[in-house]
Amino acid sequence: MLIHPIHRMARMIKTADVDKILQKHHNDKTALISILQDIQAKNRWLPQEILEYVSEKLKIPLIDVYSTVTFYKSFSLTPRGKHIVTVCLGTACHVRGSPKILDELKNQLDINVGETTPDENFTLQTVRCLGVCALGPLMTIDDEYYGQVTTKIIPSILKKYKKRVQESDS
Amino acid sequence: MLELSINGIDVQVEEGSTILDAARFLGIDIPTLCHVEGLTPYGACRLCVVEINKGEQARLVSSCTYPAEHGLQVWTHTRRVVEARKMLIELLLAMCPSSKTVQDLASAHNVQKVRFKVDYSDCILCGLCVRMCNEQMDARAIGFINRGKDRRITTPFDVKSDICRTCGACMYICPACELRCQGPHPPGDVCGGCLNVEPVCLEEEEQKMCFMDPCGWCYKETGRRKTEKEK
Ligand code: FES
Ligand code: FES
Repeated sequence: MLIHPIHRMARMIKTADVDKILQKHHNDKTALISILQDIQAKNRWLPQEILEYVSEKLKIPLIDVYSTVTFYKSFSLTPRGKHIVTVCLGTACHVRGSPKILDELKNQLDINVGETTPDENFTLQTVRCLGVCALGPLMTIDDEYYGQVTTKIIPSILKKYKKRVQESDS
Repeated sequence: MLELSINGIDVQVEEGSTILDAARFLGIDIPTLCHVEGLTPYGACRLCVVEINKGEQARLVSSCTYPAEHGLQVWTHTRRVVEARKMLIELLLAMCPSSKTVQDLASAHNVQKVRFKVDYSDCILCGLCVRMCNEQMDARAIGFINRGKDRRITTPFDVKSDICRTCGACMYICPACELRCQGPHPPGDVCGGCLNVEPVCLEEEEQKMCFMDPCGWCYKETGRRKTEKEK
């Protein structure tokens, strides 16, 4: 797995915080998935060092932790942006032109699917059908849905989120 | 004690045995690949399929993982079972034609061609190495990652593992790591298996080049060794 050099500075949860999460789950091995979810919720992604730490603390072989993390799509081993942009490539959205939307997003963000922008604002990913085909082509950013997207309105949508990032930073 | 019937023969086995144990007890030969004594049954290769029950209720199960039940009726070599096994072997061949174990299985079950795209992906995901590392070597250095078509075996984060003692047990047990003999013909998808085509035998080549056991090529068509004239 190649980590972009800029991501070396990617945010990293402190072990004290991991300890807190572990304690919340009573250091229970069987709660591994919930623990990982909590860590990811706090840190947006799961760094190798943290997984090693969790494996040591819970006395689970590292390979089992790694298997679990790679099994579920919702876990990420690479840094993820503050906002997750998801484009639907399901059949309905596809015929309604979602590939064009995806291309436009790739251009605007200058990244490929599965990658994160160097400023860590956005991560681009795709999905097959979100169940609201009537609204296609569909894209979501975090938990917000944007239906009948056109390439023209994409910049304004992205701008909105960039602004939000700036506000929360300042 | 549980009493079940295998191919119409009644057999008593201890509680906790599998169908495979019971069949082996009777001396019935069920092919296996991912089952090795001393490692927990895993049920990955499905080669050990047998049919249970009759009529409407009949279904295929893997005998190495299916626990023996009282009154169970088992058939180990019905048409359905044999065809399923042949199909499995064909699929295994398509994944790993370079494995001697798989080629031998193909020979023994008279699988002569592969109708699937052969992709030489080698690992057949039988999980033997993983179980060997976990259970016998107690190292837990390797395991499965990803899922579906991306599933594969590796060490954590794909780097050399600190806990791996490089004992080699994983390679020892791997059915895909043992390469097939090259035989007299250029390697194809199905090897010049001794039961499939004319083999290189001791008299002709002055050395034994394949180790099929039992070697049966010369009995295949005529029921006896071919004479000089027939060749
Ligand atoms: S295809 Fe996009 S929501 Fe169904
Ligand atoms: S031997 Fe039973 S599934 Fe492989």
